[in-house]
Amino acid sequence: MTEKQIDDTIVGRGNKDGAALFRQWFDELNEVAAQGGQSAYVFVMGSMAEILRVFDLPVVFPEINSLQTAVRRVAHEYLDQAEDYGYSPDICGYVKADVAMQLRNGKHSMGRIPKPTIGVYTNACNTYIKWAEIWERMYEIPIFTFDVPGTRAAGTQTWPGDLDFENDCRYVAAQIKELIELCEEITDIKFDIDKLREIMGHANVMSRGWKQVLELNKSRPSLFNALTDGTIYLGVANGFRGTKEGADYFDELVEEMEYKAAQGIGTLTNEEYRLLFVGVPCYPIFRRFNELFTTQNGTFINSTYLWFASGGTNTGFEYDLDNPLDSLAEGILINVRDAMDSMFFQDKILIEMLDTYHADGVVYHPIKSCRTTSTGMADNRRALMADRDVPSLFIESDMMDRRVVSEAQLKNRIEAFFEGLATRKHQAAIEGF
Amino acid sequence: MAYAAGVDVGSTQTKAVVINEAKEIVSRALTDTGANVMLAAQNAFQQSLDNADIREEEVEYVVGTGYGRYKVTFGNTQVTEISCHGRGAVHMFPNTRTVVDMGGQDTKAIRVSPTGEIVDFCMNDKCAAGTGRFLGAASAALDIPLGQLGPTALRGERPVKISTTCTVFAESEVLSWLGKGKKIEDILLGVHQSIGARSIGLLRRVGIEEEVTFTGGVALNLAMIEALNQGMGLKVNVSEDSHYIGALGAALFALDHILASRIPVKAMGAV
Repeated sequence: MTEKQIDDTIVGRGNKDGAALFRQWFDELNEVAAQGGQSAYVFVMGSMAEILRVFDLPVVFPEINSLQTAVRRVAHEYLDQAEDYGYSPDICGYVKADVAMQLRNGKHSMGRIPKPTIGVYTNACNTYIKWAEIWERMYEIPIFTFDVPGTRAAGTQTWPGDLDFENDCRYVAAQIKELIELCEEITDIKFDIDKLREIMGHANVMSRGWKQVLELNKSRPSLFNALTDGTIYLGVANGFRGTKEGADYFDELVEEMEYKAAQGIGTLTNEEYRLLFVGVPCYPIFRRFNELFTTQNGTFINSTYLWFASGGTNTGFEYDLDNPLDSLAEGILINVRDAMDSMFFQDKILIEMLDTYHADGVVYHPIKSCRTTSTGMADNRRALMADRDVPSLFIESDMMDRRVVSEAQLKNRIEAFFEGLATRKHQAAIEGF
Repeated sequence: MAYAAGVDVGSTQTKAVVINEAKEIVSRALTDTGANVMLAAQNAFQQSLDNADIREEEVEYVVGTGYGRYKVTFGNTQVTEISCHGRGAVHMFPNTRTVVDMGGQDTKAIRVSPTGEIVDFCMNDKCAAGTGRFLGAASAALDIPLGQLGPTALRGERPVKISTTCTVFAESEVLSWLGKGKKIEDILLGVHQSIGARSIGLLRRVGIEEEVTFTGGVALNLAMIEALNQGMGLKVNVSEDSHYIGALGAALFALDHILASRIPVKAMGAV
């Protein structure tokens, strides 16, 4: 193979295969819906896919279904329907799009989504709990709250060997046991620990690969755009967690990134500004939002979204397959806790990343319909700016509702931010001259 | 002698400023923006040339700013009004560290470094509360010309509390106070204090560091200056040219381009 042929085979493979897997996942869900099969409704911050797959329960992520309606520019139809039904314009747009989809008997732009047999969620997001209660009322299904102890205060995480950590682990392990019993009851399938071990093995490959992929983006130029490409990888990380397809995908994604790093292949022709993104993307104008930065030669090299929306699997935690149940409890505790920390206590890690990722600035994106990720963002930004002299931008829009996305206002602020970055670079050049 | 120009196309008015190489304002012009933004930019620029008998060819570089900056089609480049107000304010008052720009439809809080670099900024979002438009609503409701609002408010002694943050509802709230028999000057004083409080809220988000310079068309309003001074417990800088500070900043950026183009390539470090 010539170098060009190798390039064509490897470069962009993650995006192409990711899109194909995503399609395949929704096709399979469509099939389940057509046959009236069972499914588990789960969330990105602690999906418990490892357990649910043991019982052959296909996983449905309502958050991903909802954001897809925004990316496909039909979210307003779903939001309007939910608001007409009685939901307030001020609550989570993901919830409303899902409610409208349920009212449409699962009709979605990616195909039909099956009805839930069970709803499983963690306390990582307070909305999850009320959201699942809607399905409980609509379908009279069991819902399961996974209460994962979070970090009590910034920088106070406990680790294996600490008494508090071991107590927390036992608390999570007891809940795993309860969930297994419930799954046995609703599926009539006996729990199989070897199957769990196999699923956890695949999950290990995925977590390891995800951590590697994120770290490889320290390369200059950066290998992938955390906002656009990263969201594709995230789709596979969630939808295929614990599967062979998912494990193979992340193995190949690492290979692609290593190749691009070795060849110096970046995402932009002229990468001038390396940015960190905090928050949830602006899905109603997903591509355009990113272009507002890339046209100024800025690219996103990492994002808190890639951490919390992967359920904290960015930590790279790998399960001990010789001790699956206890290790699963430990992994859930560490990962879900990390997902929460990525939303609430991200300033310290961002400060570290300014150096390790050679970042030029930080973009904070609070959104109207998600208070969980947005509350405290201004304080976190203030803490970052107090610690480091780094340019940061605070722009507000939404992840679903185009009524509160003003592209002209975003553009104005983004341009001013880049003018500041340019001035700073110019001054630094003069001082170093 | 080369000249540089800045054209600030705001939502309500368009301003043009011409400066010389000594960074002195040699001419200024102001026109209503209206519906034809491109024409407003051309008119303001032409008026500024006419006012100082400068030929268009003598202006080597033009920077457009303001919401209509991309409609300054005869300009050489565009810079946001955020950067321009910061630059212009520091030029006018070199100790400026915080800028509050109150325009027709937006209010900006900007924190700047000693060199005029933008450290942080914050603007009102999707709502004209706390902007010049709010005064426009009061002016319409009370049938008082905009220019008389400030002097009338300064006669007020017992300001009413304007609780709404919505410009549209402000009009009905003003009318309801009239209905309750409140004096016009007390109502207007309340209106100014309400806008001042909203603007100080924005300033607090970027951090208030002295000196504070007040720019934009509303900076000509004495009652608004007083509301800001009282609200922050300090004295804001206000220039007679406050209206033109965005255009001035744009002209200063234009002059940077002219001067940079004169630096010999060798001196820039090229091999």
